[in-house]
Amino acid sequence: MMMSVCVAMSAVPSAQAQVAAPQPERMRALVHLVRQDCGSCHGLTLQGGLGPALTAAALRDKPREGLIATIVGGRPGTPMPPFRGIVSEDEAVWVVDRLIEGFPADGGPAAIAPPPLQPRMQ
Amino acid sequence: MFRKVVKCAICWMPVLLVSACATSQPQPLRGTGDLGVVIERATGQVQVIETTGRRALAQVSGLGDLSHASVVFSRDSRYAYVFGRDGGLTKVDLLTASIAGRVVQAGNAIGGAISQDGRILVAQNYEPGGIKAFDSDTLELLADVPASYGADGKRSKVVGLADLPGNRFAYALFDANEIRVTDLSDPKNPKTDRYPAGKQPYDALVTPDGRYYIAGLFGEDGLSMLDLWQPEKGVRTILPGYGRGEQALPVYKMPHLRGWAVAAGRAYLPAIGRHEVLVVDLDDWKEVARIPVKSQPVFVMARPDGREVWVNFAFPDNAWMQVIDTFSNRLVDTFQPGRAILHMEFTPKGEAVWISARDDNKVLIYDTRNRQKLAELPAASPSGIFFTSRAFRTGF
Repeated sequence: MMMSVCVAMSAVPSAQAQVAAPQPERMRALVHLVRQDCGSCHGLTLQGGLGPALTAAALRDKPREGLIATIVGGRPGTPMPPFRGIVSEDEAVWVVDRLIEGFPADGGPAAIAPPPLQPRMQ
Repeated sequence: MFRKVVKCAICWMPVLLVSACATSQPQPLRGTGDLGVVIERATGQVQVIETTGRRALAQVSGLGDLSHASVVFSRDSRYAYVFGRDGGLTKVDLLTASIAGRVVQAGNAIGGAISQDGRILVAQNYEPGGIKAFDSDTLELLADVPASYGADGKRSKVVGLADLPGNRFAYALFDANEIRVTDLSDPKNPKTDRYPAGKQPYDALVTPDGRYYIAGLFGEDGLSMLDLWQPEKGVRTILPGYGRGEQALPVYKMPHLRGWAVAAGRAYLPAIGRHEVLVVDLDDWKEVARIPVKSQPVFVMARPDGREVWVNFAFPDNAWMQVIDTFSNRLVDTFQPGRAILHMEFTPKGEAVWISARDDNKVLIYDTRNRQKLAELPAASPSGIFFTSRAFRTGF
């Protein structure tokens, strides 16, 4: 698939820029997010589904900047939504770099306790 | 055909089930009407569960990639057919908790259905795009029907497969904006009718009587409806422009229409890109109500008596669940059963609902009268929950 729609290019750190790696717990959460929730469309194994495959082989010829822009800004006209506000731009760079080299296995949801479950609203 | 007999994989719970290879002791007789399966998506396993005792009976492994797995049941409700993402189709014997057959039939699949007479299984595939029919007894391939379109014969991803009376199957083509109906009454000689539909159908449902096929559309505000009693009239758009031209909200998980939500003569449908459940009258197809909900709805499922509709939501609001009273079309409850609620399944008469909480590694069982938790069961990354009562319902 062509990666021509780079709507969020200007908001994305340059491809060569070094970005700080996320903290370990956040890394774990990001890996879980990609495997499980991106996996709704791209598959748990990232071999594709409604969305295209995100394996290292499938991404070999895709420009890194375009991939980062796709995560941040989505791809209008397709079901790919923008993840701006859910992952930071630095985190999108980190995720893309991991995808390009072969994405790590899911270690489960972040061990940090999520916000306590709220009582019923009614 | 790849046939694989499971070793004594299953005997971690020494219960009523006796695995085929186990012992010379006589197998206790039991029915299957209160059995079901829970998909453990990350580990390629299913649990065989019993709704009467609210317990797991056994675990069956070796089912491949079960992200987006779905299940149909044989008409004697002894066998569960599990359709995996990786194209695997596995026949699981619920009584012996073993694999009775398995084929890998495609590269990338999205689910399946079983014919009215129970003899034909149909898989819907993304890659290669199309449907394939199998003998439900032997898993032998009966028919391969590519979802080809356009002059160059490209193949579309297939979504929204539903069984229809007469051993026919309806489905939609995500890439080709079409609904198709394939008649498999002579499975070696399938006949397909094509109907132009709206943009980017992503899933569909058939009403319980098998009459109306409704496809949700990602690419436009509205749904495509085909009256299967009058197919010559073609596809009609219902709820056109429900988004009123407003900017659609991001959709982090596509809604599922299959868990039908037909209740009290109306259909309860997830809006796409809007945090609403749309209510449409099945007589005149007019909008009856739109009910604001917490987030992007994923499953909008009627309790079997139709009095309530339960709704879960897309990431990142997937800890929430809401309940709509269909008499007043108002929300009556909003609560958080657990982390990453992926699916729910009502017991056959609806006194309880089983809910999968993926990130808590639990299945939660709720009383539907007061929405209090009755029990919880450990499960590894559970997703779909399927009870054998589906064997007797059109569209399941």
